[in-house]
Amino acid sequence: MKRKLLMNRRQAILTGLTSAGALLLSGCLKKAPPTYGNILRMGDDLTYIAQRGLLSQRALAMEYQKSEITSFPVTDIGDPADPASKKAYSKTYQQLQRNNFKDFALVVEGCVAAPRKYSMDELKKLGARTQITRHTCEEGWSAIAEWTGVPLSAVLKDAGILKTARYVGLYGFDNYAESIDMLDAFHPQTILAHTMNGEEIPARNGAPLRLRVETQLGYKNVKFLQRIVVTDKFTDPAPDITSGWSWYTGI
Amino acid sequence: MNLSQSTKTEVVPHKPWVKGAHFIITLSFLALTVSGFVILMSHPRLYWGKAGNDLTPALFELPISRNYHHGGWDKSIPFKHVTGRQVTAARTYDIFNENGWGRSTHFLAAWFMVLTGIIYFIAGFYSGHFWRNLVPRRREFSLKLLCRDVAAHLRRHMHYTGKYGLLQKITYLSVIFLLFPLVILTGFTMSPAITASYPFLLKIFFGHQSARTIHFFAAVLLLLFLLVHVVMVARSGFKRNIWAITFGR
Repeated sequence: MKRKLLMNRRQAILTGLTSAGALLLSGCLKKAPPTYGNILRMGDDLTYIAQRGLLSQRALAMEYQKSEITSFPVTDIGDPADPASKKAYSKTYQQLQRNNFKDFALVVEGCVAAPRKYSMDELKKLGARTQITRHTCEEGWSAIAEWTGVPLSAVLKDAGILKTARYVGLYGFDNYAESIDMLDAFHPQTILAHTMNGEEIPARNGAPLRLRVETQLGYKNVKFLQRIVVTDKFTDPAPDITSGWSWYTGI
Repeated sequence: MNLSQSTKTEVVPHKPWVKGAHFIITLSFLALTVSGFVILMSHPRLYWGKAGNDLTPALFELPISRNYHHGGWDKSIPFKHVTGRQVTAARTYDIFNENGWGRSTHFLAAWFMVLTGIIYFIAGFYSGHFWRNLVPRRREFSLKLLCRDVAAHLRRHMHYTGKYGLLQKITYLSVIFLLFPLVILTGFTMSPAITASYPFLLKIFFGHQSARTIHFFAAVLLLLFLLVHVVMVARSGFKRNIWAITFGR
């Protein structure tokens, strides 16, 4: 006589997989960015949840000696000051650059008590951090440079960040944009850099202001910063949202 | 070893969890190989040390993509206060870059590999599989036997005895306990978030670019192992062996 089981092996496997999926999904809905049904982004979310859960969020990325500074290639999508650059060109940026960025002002808006513009002098008054760090490109190369800038946390605090705030979107003049969560935004090494290797940031390295997130890959570090938007909902302003480019690039 | 005796030996099928791990690890390894190759194509240069890029000298370059011959730089700006020839310069060409899906596929497959690997490790120790089937016995440890085993493999005299030979055991052990951990740890060392929490990784592998280079060579060795493994399995009775590791009962 055949023994009656609560469920056979196939049922057990299916039940296990379904419940694991349901657990993962409910976890995603609360903490992780949406996957839009893209299986590759589901893997990225798993990485995001695991790294946020397992790693020390205050740990500093390795800082280097001055003698270890290397050459620094520029691999952006184009020059925002160049009208021939179709994707990146910005007339406003071209005019600002002509005037050596004297009229430059960073817009801070969204979930902040006082949305406003910050001139470079106002930003510099908020504090400075200098760090010699490694830029790690998703392509595979890396470069070490010295960066000085205003901690992003200082800017957010000054603008009066609201309790509902969860993500920070950063927009560049070159039509490039990224967003980061609050843990990365308040990381001590996350700065809005205005100085590279002791001088004003060179044109193609992101003048006059660029983001440095040392705990993520190179493409998070938005150049030619124009605008910061604090949001209470997840946004991924990056152009390749569905094509498999990870939103979280701590990996 | 008696041929007539060995051919009569019954096929010993593997335990279900060994078979399951074999399936998942083989599939994710193939996905990792393909996506890893795609990632390497966007920057087929390897370096030694803490950092390296197109403007610094490479250990060597692999001629596997058009990025191998790169298309030049615009006017480069020297860092005036830094001695030496350090510069910054913008690329004047579009590169081959399929890293969007390439990287995401790589990490998704890595999840399958690592999670399966953890279960395999625990089950392997717990069930005594490693100790019983993979760790060489003391009497197997003689240079003479090893030489005989190597010679037999070279002369392609394969005998199926149902148990692993010394050469086989050493290979399996180094793949499981050396190459796989090495490829996973060097992979971790390329992650900026992980190395912020565990900076010792950057120290033991001599830096980010060294870890990337070691990752590449460990992957090449694993791929070689896969090829030799499949050839050996085929030579010592393809049908029987494949059946034993897949659906055999």
